[in-house]
Amino acid sequence: MTANKPIYHFQVGDRIEITSVELQDVMRRRLLDLGFVPGTVIEVVQKSPLGDPLAFKVFNTTIALRKEESSLIYGKKVYKEVV
Amino acid sequence: MAHTIALAGNPNTGKSTLFNLLTGLKQHTGNWPGKTVLRAEGELKTEKHVYTVIDLPGTYSLYSNSADEEVARDYIIFEKPDITLVVVDATSLERNLNIALQVLEMTDRAILCVNLIDEARKKGIHIDKEPLSKQLGIPVILISAREKIGIIQLLKTIDQMTEGKIETQPFKIKYNQTVEKKIKQLEPQIKQIIGNALPARWVALRILDGDIKLLDSLKSYLQNPDFVAEKHQPAQGGCCHGA
Ligand SMILES: Nc1nc2c(ncn2[C@@H]2O[C@H](COP(=O)(O)OP(=O)(O)OP(=O)(O)O)[C@@H](O)[C@H]2O)c(=O)[nH]1
Ligand SMILES: [Mg+2]
Repeated sequence: MTANKPIYHFQVGDRIEITSVELQDVMRRRLLDLGFVPGTVIEVVQKSPLGDPLAFKVFNTTIALRKEESSLIYGKKVYKEVV
Repeated sequence: MAHTIALAGNPNTGKSTLFNLLTGLKQHTGNWPGKTVLRAEGELKTEKHVYTVIDLPGTYSLYSNSADEEVARDYIIFEKPDITLVVVDATSLERNLNIALQVLEMTDRAILCVNLIDEARKKGIHIDKEPLSKQLGIPVILISAREKIGIIQLLKTIDQMTEGKIETQPFKIKYNQTVEKKIKQLEPQIKQIIGNALPARWVALRILDGDIKLLDSLKSYLQNPDFVAEKHQPAQGGCCHGA
């Protein structure tokens, strides 16, 4: 078993199952709407030179998140296909 | 008076392509009042009816996190189009159904247009139309706005819905016990204030979500003279509108 950690800390190519979204209010709503829902498997597709922002593939769409957000979304590494 | 059809859905699902196909050259564009969001409106004539079609901005959600979402939400909830076409991408159905479920919490008169069916077929994606329609409780039409597939079927379904010949039973998400209990408590109070003018369950959910901006829109809606007349009208029946 791998431990849950902020999705900010994963590497390009990693597949992550989201375990929790520790943001509140409008930002939380927004991220859920974009597909960052617990149980969903996402993939890290690109990292900028300084590591921020980070791009994820979520339900077939690439979404870039700043560290502010991606450090508050938790997940664990998995070895299954991303939708 | 012309019936109204709104096109809603995620960005890039082909709403404008469908809009252009349906309305041809009979369009006019401008901005939504007070917003820098483009508003496109056009006319559609079928064999039996005349419609005004409104192309809503593409959004991932209708919870008003942005000007686009607010425009789309306010149109569906306050302007109450006779029919809402939810345009979804056949190759990315799971993501797209989020907004479809949100629309079904707001209106009974919706049709799911599964667009880009040509693209889906190329990718070997098969859409099980009947079970999807059964589960969502609304008609599901497989279309390609670009390749002009399924459009006749869509127009037929639009006319039938307008004539009250289609009974929908929109799927409503059931929330956990705590939330459902609170909805039950709020609903009668909401109905007392706004009658049947807006779906009480949806308003209750927005209040529970702490959607302050909606409460502002709601207040101005309640002060609108048209509202007073509407409050006492019978509830919007799923099937009988315009019948
Ligand atoms: N293959 C295929 N492509 C389509 C179809 N419908 C639309 N497209 C293409 O998808 C792209 C987006 O189409 P639009 O009509 O602009 O999408 P939209 O939903 O209006 O986008 P927003 O207004 O940004 O939300 C365009 O390149 C279209 O040509 C279709 O049925 N099949
Ligand atoms: Mg468009």
